[in-house]
Amino acid sequence: MTRLFAALAIMMSAIAAQAQEQVTTFTLDNGMDVAVIEDNRAPVVVQMLWYKVGSADEPAGKSGVAHVLEHLLFEATDVLESGEFSATVAANGGRDNAFTSYDYTAYFQRVASDRLELMMQMESNRMNNLRISQDDVETERQVVLEERNQRTENSPDALAREQIRAALFQNSRYGLPVIGWKHEVEQLDLQDTLDFYDLYYSPNNAVLVVAGDVEPDEVLALAEKYYGVIPAEEQLPPRERPQEPPQRAERRITYVDERVSQPYLVRSYLAPERDPGAQSEAAALVYLAELLGGSSFTSALGQALQFDTQTAIYTNASYSGSWLDDAIFSFAVVPSEGVSLTDAETAMDEVISAFMEAEIDPERMESIRTQLRASEIYALDNVQGLAQRYGAALSQSLTVADVQAWPEVLQAVTEDDIKAVAAKVFNRDQAVTGWIVSSQEEAR
Amino acid sequence: MLRIVIALCLSFLAVSAQAEIEIKQVTSPGGIDAWVVEEPAIPFIALEIRIRGGASLDLPGKRGATNLMTALLEEGSGEMSAQEFQTSLENLAASFSFHAYDDSMQISARFLTENKDEAVALLRQALVSPRFDQTALDRVRAQVISGIASDAKRPNSIASATFNAAAFGDHPYGTSPDGTVESVNALTRQDMIDAHRNALVRDRLFVSVVGDTTAETVGALLDDLLGDLPAEGPPLPEDVAFGLDGGITVVEYDTPQSVAYFGQQGIKRDDKDFFAAFILNRVLGAGGFESRLMTEVREKRGLTYGISTSLVPKFNAEMVLGSVSSANETIAEAIEVTRSEWARMAQEGMTAEELADAKTYLTGEYPLRFDGNAEIASIMAGMQMIGLTPDYVVDRNAFIEAVTLDDVNRVAAELLRPEDLHFVVVGKPEGLETTQE
Repeated sequence: MTRLFAALAIMMSAIAAQAQEQVTTFTLDNGMDVAVIEDNRAPVVVQMLWYKVGSADEPAGKSGVAHVLEHLLFEATDVLESGEFSATVAANGGRDNAFTSYDYTAYFQRVASDRLELMMQMESNRMNNLRISQDDVETERQVVLEERNQRTENSPDALAREQIRAALFQNSRYGLPVIGWKHEVEQLDLQDTLDFYDLYYSPNNAVLVVAGDVEPDEVLALAEKYYGVIPAEEQLPPRERPQEPPQRAERRITYVDERVSQPYLVRSYLAPERDPGAQSEAAALVYLAELLGGSSFTSALGQALQFDTQTAIYTNASYSGSWLDDAIFSFAVVPSEGVSLTDAETAMDEVISAFMEAEIDPERMESIRTQLRASEIYALDNVQGLAQRYGAALSQSLTVADVQAWPEVLQAVTEDDIKAVAAKVFNRDQAVTGWIVSSQEEAR
Repeated sequence: MLRIVIALCLSFLAVSAQAEIEIKQVTSPGGIDAWVVEEPAIPFIALEIRIRGGASLDLPGKRGATNLMTALLEEGSGEMSAQEFQTSLENLAASFSFHAYDDSMQISARFLTENKDEAVALLRQALVSPRFDQTALDRVRAQVISGIASDAKRPNSIASATFNAAAFGDHPYGTSPDGTVESVNALTRQDMIDAHRNALVRDRLFVSVVGDTTAETVGALLDDLLGDLPAEGPPLPEDVAFGLDGGITVVEYDTPQSVAYFGQQGIKRDDKDFFAAFILNRVLGAGGFESRLMTEVREKRGLTYGISTSLVPKFNAEMVLGSVSSANETIAEAIEVTRSEWARMAQEGMTAEELADAKTYLTGEYPLRFDGNAEIASIMAGMQMIGLTPDYVVDRNAFIEAVTLDDVNRVAAELLRPEDLHFVVVGKPEGLETTQE
């Protein structure tokens, strides 16, 4: 066990007040990382256990297995009956749930802080001791297929997003849906889920985040008692996933679905993500998204397409750097009644070109800096959000130091940084443009 | 003027742990009441305002006016255009949100302590002197109409709209607060002025302030912020009977998964049996993974990703509502299981163990809700609007504990009427047809 470092304060330069989050980290002897975030305002604690495995780590042909396994973790173990985990959390007045993404699978409970030990006892138990049957897998597979129906098959927007991702990524598993392709989910069996579980659910592939009214030393003692005794998985493979080759050709798709209520377009570019010790480009992309399409009132796209002209009723640019592999920078435009997708796309591209030509307004830069600083203060009001921030980052190869440096990296972004990263990202050979329409006639 | 100070201890399950939330009741010199919690730990303030009325105050033929007016509050006021207003807001790193609901308006604000005066002045301007410029009106109207068009193609929206229309007819609860394409297209700037005059009034507003401030300073802030709104508004709508009998309504829609909304007559929030009904709902359908419906429909049969029910006590009507989605081939079975669980609970009630588990959960979960400035502000404004006093925060768990097995099972028999349960199903459900009246 190594005690890395104690409390840390993030200084806010221009805003008088100081935003502080108290974070302590440890590594157990078996390789499990532990982060403790103290917030003593209410006697509540959140335990989040993050496994550094997500849908993008699945074997070929088994899409959806990470997520089906997440569902199955609420079934029986050697000491818990099926459903007893959540029932026990509820009987202690708490809430629990879990989620799966491309890069991680996480389980959490929110309870009164003196119930932490019970939560750790149960959470550590299901890391290695699941007792599931083929029947369990078949029932839960049906539940997941209904989840896919609800989230994806019933939503033309979700189906379009799935098609765009599949076209954008040529080699990365980011091109497959987290929930899995329907035909592959239908075939998942007990052995598939157990293979995944046995290999990846181990302390040396996990990050424990405990946030709330707790003392770091107590958390460490409990973590050693419950998680520290679980042996490391010797066979855990290095996390080397298929990477994108150089992309050499623009892709365009038209998704037609009668359930689309009005035509719109999406453009998604491959973009750099936050990397350990190298977060500057990602920080510049946060500004780029704000400047081009953050607020419909003040961003370049909003002003040009929604105010100066009535080309669109909605515009947006979005970017998140929280990925282990490549990130995405996206635009979306919903044209006004009577404006064709061709004209809307041309108008969007003119805004992007004009942005690249012009100086960036220093007042807009200052406003975004202020908002980012303030967001650090507002973030302190949500301790589960802070837990999420650390858990996700540590599951995506970032370090605590990277998380704590991020606000300052954001403050240091210059106009030149933004232009440089924009020139690199806005390459149509690494992009997909999708038109989403209810009929071929609208695709004009 | 500080009228009463009530210090409340929220008891947690944890014997050792107690959270203290000190709710101070304040009346401004101008007569506006508010609940205040001083929480200096983080340098920002959350402000929450609710105003009774909301979209139910739409004038005849003007459906959607209150909703559109509310959306325009952030689109220019005083001397500022929409863009100037938003630029000022962004420079302050403050955020405001304005929503019109069936029965009320909700205004939420969040701002840094150091920007308090400027942020309050900006919020005041939005509430008291919105401009309703024609260009902004037309721009936002197009956005609202786009939302209406997209609701018309979403199975969930189709289901709830069909259900509400059948249950409430011409009462405001029977139609969407957004209005229709026709009604929204016909709205004028004068309609916005009328809707604003009617919806934002002092005598039915409820305020809470939580964060880095003191109760002593809130009074002046309230008068400054809200003092120039009109004192009174038009009468609120009358109560309406839930007009839907038991049965099934199928709305044909080409989509792979059917969406069902279901419900029946409910129970009033101030009914003496409300807490018994609340526990009943927890065990039947609101209980996450532990509820009977979740166990039977999802865990045992894999028919759905989620099924849930809730008590919906509105001001003018009350319902027990639920929703479930299942593939077109299996929705009929999901509905059959739901109906039979409804009947089983009505006939047999719950076990002592189920009651005990529900009580432990509900009493343990309650204090966990008070976990942020904005959350506390929202809870306190909601409490005021339904006529609760600050000591409810302390007493509420005792109300839950006081419910006996006899109470809850008597209420189950009285409230749950499987033969009156109506399902609206949107999709291509196999083996289901609209029942005859």
